[in-house]
Amino acid sequence: MEKSFEDYPSNQLGWVIFVQSINKMADLQFLTDTVQQVRRDILRMVHKVNSGHPGGSLGCAEFFVTLFNEVMERKDGFSMDGKEEDLFFLSNGHISPVFYATLARAGYFEVSELNTFRLLDSRLQGHPTTHEGLPGVRVASGSLGQGLSVAVGAALAKKLNNDPKLIYVLMGDGELQEGQNWEAMMFAAAKKVDNLIATVDLNGKQIDGTTEEVLSLGDVKQKFEAFGWTTFTLKEGNHIPALLTQLQEAKAACGKGKPVAILMQTEMGNGVDFMMHTHAWHGKAPNDEQLEAALAQNPETLGDY
Amino acid sequence: MNPYTNQGSQDTRSGFGAGLAELGKTNPNVVALCADLIGSLKMDDFIEAHPERFFQIGIAEANMMGIAAGLTIGGKIPFTGTFANFSTGRVYDQIRQSIAYSGKNVKICASHAGLTLGEDGATHQILEDIGLMKMLPGMTVINPCDFNQTKAATIAIADHIGPVYLRFGRPKVPNFTSSDAPFEIGKGLILKKGKDVTIVATGHLVWEALEAAAALAEQSIDAEVINIHTIKPLDNDIILKSVAKTGCIVTAEEHNFLGGLGESVARVLSENAPTPQEFVATNDTFGESGTPSQLMAKYGLDQTAIQLKVHKVLERKI
Repeated sequence: MEKSFEDYPSNQLGWVIFVQSINKMADLQFLTDTVQQVRRDILRMVHKVNSGHPGGSLGCAEFFVTLFNEVMERKDGFSMDGKEEDLFFLSNGHISPVFYATLARAGYFEVSELNTFRLLDSRLQGHPTTHEGLPGVRVASGSLGQGLSVAVGAALAKKLNNDPKLIYVLMGDGELQEGQNWEAMMFAAAKKVDNLIATVDLNGKQIDGTTEEVLSLGDVKQKFEAFGWTTFTLKEGNHIPALLTQLQEAKAACGKGKPVAILMQTEMGNGVDFMMHTHAWHGKAPNDEQLEAALAQNPETLGDY
Repeated sequence: MNPYTNQGSQDTRSGFGAGLAELGKTNPNVVALCADLIGSLKMDDFIEAHPERFFQIGIAEANMMGIAAGLTIGGKIPFTGTFANFSTGRVYDQIRQSIAYSGKNVKICASHAGLTLGEDGATHQILEDIGLMKMLPGMTVINPCDFNQTKAATIAIADHIGPVYLRFGRPKVPNFTSSDAPFEIGKGLILKKGKDVTIVATGHLVWEALEAAAALAEQSIDAEVINIHTIKPLDNDIILKSVAKTGCIVTAEEHNFLGGLGESVARVLSENAPTPQEFVATNDTFGESGTPSQLMAKYGLDQTAIQLKVHKVLERKI
């Protein structure tokens, strides 16, 4: 269940910076409500078509909602070029439900369109694509390991355009097993791509089991640092104030000659007790009873689509 | 007699380099990327004039394709440069998802295509790249025939919105097209009119086709020679009009017969006007080390091979 704002100790650094940075309880309530609604959206989307990836989507709901609603400097509407605004790329495209729900709740398209997820003739393809013209999506993803390179390219374009805004990209941890990531990491540091914040969702799970069992990633922080990145570890990746603090800190670290990484520890399936602490819900939809139980843990806040 | 004159042999990759340098002056959105092969791709002039618009990626072609896709977001027109093998097969999925499916305006410029790469051998001599690229929805595939045409094609693709695969080669070959000829994507060119047989050629094989046609003329065979520089979209009309007159066709390319120009032509003919066709192409094989001319002779890709296939198809003509 969602913790309330008061659950967090007031002497916590994150809390202090959080309060300084937005200083409005109304904003926290809005973010908390949006996360809860996005969870409902995710669950209902994957249930309806009996397919999709709820686990990683739920684990990143706080990140998406915080990033899009409080951190990114966005323009109204959508243009592919995205000049003079922050841009986001999703590399691990299979968590499309949380991406779509966040975009819809942030006004990129009508929330009712979430009803078309994975259906024939939908703009909400199983994995995100530009092909159907869905606002908010700037590159197709799903085949893993490609998003960081694209984000680096977009960051270079911003520099060429003297555009001071930032590029954000989210990658999965299992995805780091793809070699292209390490090519992109080497390049970004060597060429001082310092208008880029790459977040890795360290939920420790992939389809076949834990990342430790499948192919250990080793010390990810040491690896990023060895590649020349300014690297932060966020232990509370499902805690909105902590996320906000971390993202603001990452933002402040930009423009200093190094790319910036946030290694964000999340709980796959967060917010639905029986979907947590297991990789079983990586790519499996809940049945009717499971949906009911999951939704009961996340009452409606902003209105179902 | 060959109606065209060799103005002096040059490599088609230098045509690319000259075109890119020209674009540097005329189109501020053009940027270039290279995976540690600047000299081979003849990108030096562009880089010297516009160092801020050039990105040395290192030996990391997958990353290069992704970065190119990202650069389009913000309005840049990226030209990637490496060997054809590393421009296609090595990075097929990156091109498929981040460029083609994503509809990104990336120009994939590929040198050292085919057997004429020569002594480096089969690891570097890709003969499958046209097939790989033409199968991607939305991808334009261009294989110009000489220095002048490669330069013109390089300049032309900057104005085309959408992904393009531009294929060229390593060795010096006759430069025979006009330096001021316009380049129109998807528009084939009749280089020599004829009535007995159609020879449709692409890339380095266009000059060989002209030489073959000259030799055939002395045997009283009147061949029509068409330069198909754009394999996709294919100029169906020019092919269908020609075979309506000649009744048989030979396709010629420095590529495997599976997946190449010949197959594209065969599909158009089988749908519209079934016509006897012979293929000058490699026969489902890898290449090997050797000089370009030795390899083209051994694998049946020269003017002699074209003449043989013409004789063969004429026997099949109804």
